[in-house]
Amino acid sequence: MAKFPDYKDIYVFVEQKNGEPAEVGYELISEARKLVSTIPNMDYKVVGVLLGDNVKDKAEEVIAHGADKVIIVDDPLLKDYSTQFYADALTQIIKEFKPDSFLTGATVLGRDLAPRVAARINAGLTADATKIDIDQDKVADGEALLLVTRPTFGGNLFGTIVCPDTRPQMATIRPKVFDMAPIDETRTGEIIEFKPEWESTTPQVEIMETVAKALEGVDITKANILVGVGRGAEHSIETIKECAKELGGEVCATRAVVEDGFMDKDVQVGQTGKTVRPSLYIACGISGAVQHVAGMEKSDMIIAINRDPEAEIFKIANMGFVGNVDEVLPLLVEEIKKAKAA
Amino acid sequence: MKIAVLVKQVPDSTEITVDKNTGTLVRDGVPSIINPDDLAGLEAALALKDKDDSVEITVISMGPPQAKGMLQETIARGADHAVLLTDRRLGGADTCATSRTLAAALDKIGYDLIIAGRQAIDGDTAQVGPQTAERLNIPQVTYVDEIIELTPEYAVVRKALEDEEQILKVKLPAVLTTLSGMNKPRYMNCMDIVDSFNNPVQIMTYDDLVDILPQNEIGLAGSPTKVHRTFTKDVSAATETFDLPAQETAELIAKTLKDKQLITK
Repeated sequence: MAKFPDYKDIYVFVEQKNGEPAEVGYELISEARKLVSTIPNMDYKVVGVLLGDNVKDKAEEVIAHGADKVIIVDDPLLKDYSTQFYADALTQIIKEFKPDSFLTGATVLGRDLAPRVAARINAGLTADATKIDIDQDKVADGEALLLVTRPTFGGNLFGTIVCPDTRPQMATIRPKVFDMAPIDETRTGEIIEFKPEWESTTPQVEIMETVAKALEGVDITKANILVGVGRGAEHSIETIKECAKELGGEVCATRAVVEDGFMDKDVQVGQTGKTVRPSLYIACGISGAVQHVAGMEKSDMIIAINRDPEAEIFKIANMGFVGNVDEVLPLLVEEIKKAKAA
Repeated sequence: MKIAVLVKQVPDSTEITVDKNTGTLVRDGVPSIINPDDLAGLEAALALKDKDDSVEITVISMGPPQAKGMLQETIARGADHAVLLTDRRLGGADTCATSRTLAAALDKIGYDLIIAGRQAIDGDTAQVGPQTAERLNIPQVTYVDEIIELTPEYAVVRKALEDEEQILKVKLPAVLTTLSGMNKPRYMNCMDIVDSFNNPVQIMTYDDLVDILPQNEIGLAGSPTKVHRTFTKDVSAATETFDLPAQETAELIAKTLKDKQLITK
C-alpha cells in the first residue's frame, strides 16, 4: 500500500519574467521526464506550473519542452514576482492537485518562493540541489522517493536528502545542472487554468523601482573552474580564454603575467593577488612559485601543464603534464568540444 | 523600534579542507565564526541604531552552548541584548523545524523588524529567513543589499537579483535577509569587549516555548527532511606526472575532466 496514495506526478515551477519563461524551468522539465521514465509502472506525469499575467500563450511552449500538463494562473496580481501572491497561488495549487514532488529553480526568485510555500504546508524542502534520483528500492511499495543531492560546506561535502514522511517532496535545483531537451512542437498536453482565491489583494511589498545592475568585472574567487596563465603560456592567452569558456570557467594569472601587461590585476592569483579555491584549477605554463601557489593550493583538483619536468607546480598538482602549452592547449580545446558534443 | 537580528555560529568554511588521502573533511582546529551574511545583518541593524536612538537590537541565535561566545561578541559590537536558544531537544532541526522554533522565540521576545543573513556558509539553504517570515505571517524581502529607509510603518530596501536591482517598500513588521557584501562590519575595541560582560547573554530553552510550540514540531522529529547519506568529492590521492605526446596529453586531460563531471554541456 502506497504511503501517499493521493499524491502523484512531478511538478515543475516554470519561472517567467516579462512573460518569458526562464531556461531553468525547462531544464527541470527535461530532468523530470527522465525521472518519470525510470518508473514506467507508476504512470507519473510531468506537470508545469506557470504563474503570471497574460502568459496563457506560453502553455504550448511548456508542453513542447516536455510537460504532459500545464497548470496556469493568469492574473494581473502576478505580473511582477511577489512573494505574497505567488506563494498564495502556489499553495492553493499544491493543495488542489497534490503533487508527489515539486521542483523549483534555485534562482533568487525560487529561493524566495519555495521556502515560504514549504513552510506554509509543512513540506520538506531541499535547497540548491545539483542531482535528483528516484529511489528504485521504494518503487515496489508504490513510492517515488526522491534522492536529492546538494553540496554543503562551500562545496566540500555532499548530502543526499530525502523527505520520507511529507508530500510534496520539494526541492530547489541549481540552474544549468541539467540539460534542456530539444523542443518537440508535436507534443500535446492538457492545459488547466486555475483561479486562486486571494486572501488579500493588497500588496505588502511594493516595487518602487527596478534598475539594471552595473556590469562588474569577473570575480575569480567565485569561479568553479579556473585556468591560470603563467609566463610559459603568454603566447596562448586567446586559446586559454577559449578553454575556460568551454569549461564554463574563468581565466586568472600569475603576478609575472599581470606585470608583463597581458592580464588585469583583478585576476591575479597569489600572495599579492587573490586567493581562489575552485573545483578545478588548470595551471598553464605556471612554474609554481610559492607566492602563486599560496593563492591556489586549496583548489580541489589541480592540473598542471609545463614544459619543465622539474617545475615546482608538479609537486602540488594532482595531475601534472610535461608539455608545451602552445601545443597542448589548442588540442585540449578540441577534445573538450568533442566531449561536450558526445 | 525593536530590531531582532538572527545569527548562526558556523565553522569558517574557507578554512575547511578535504584530506586528499582519506577524502574526508578536516574539521580539527577550524575556527567558529559568526556567519558572514548574519554579521552583515547585525552591522545593518547597528547602522540603523547609529541614526536612531530608539532602535533596540536583540540578537538571537539557536545552537549549542558554545555559541554563547559569539553572542557575547555581538553585544561588544553594540547589540542591546543577546539570546541563545539552546536545548538538546532542539537539535537535529532542519530549516522547517528551525523556523518554527525561531518564530516562537521571536513571538516571546517581540520585534518590529527582523534581520537575518540570507544564508549560512555551512548549510547554504537560504531557507530559514523566508520560513520564519511565513511562520510569523509577515512579509519578507530576501537578498537585501541596502536598507535605504526605515520608518515605524515601512522599510525601503534594495534587493539584488541576478541581473537587476529592485527598490522595494515593505510594510513592517517584516523579515529582511541580508547579503555579506552590503557593508563592512565595525571592529570591537577592548573596552567594548570588557564592558559586554556586564550584559550577559540570556539563555532560552524549549521550556520557555513549550506553551506555544508542540514538541513534535521541533528538533529532528519536527524535521521533514532527513539526511540519507553524505559524501565528499572524489579527490585524487596523490600527485601523478605524465610525459606524453601533446595529443595524448589533451585526450587524457579531457577524459579526466569528463570523468569528474567537470565538463558540462
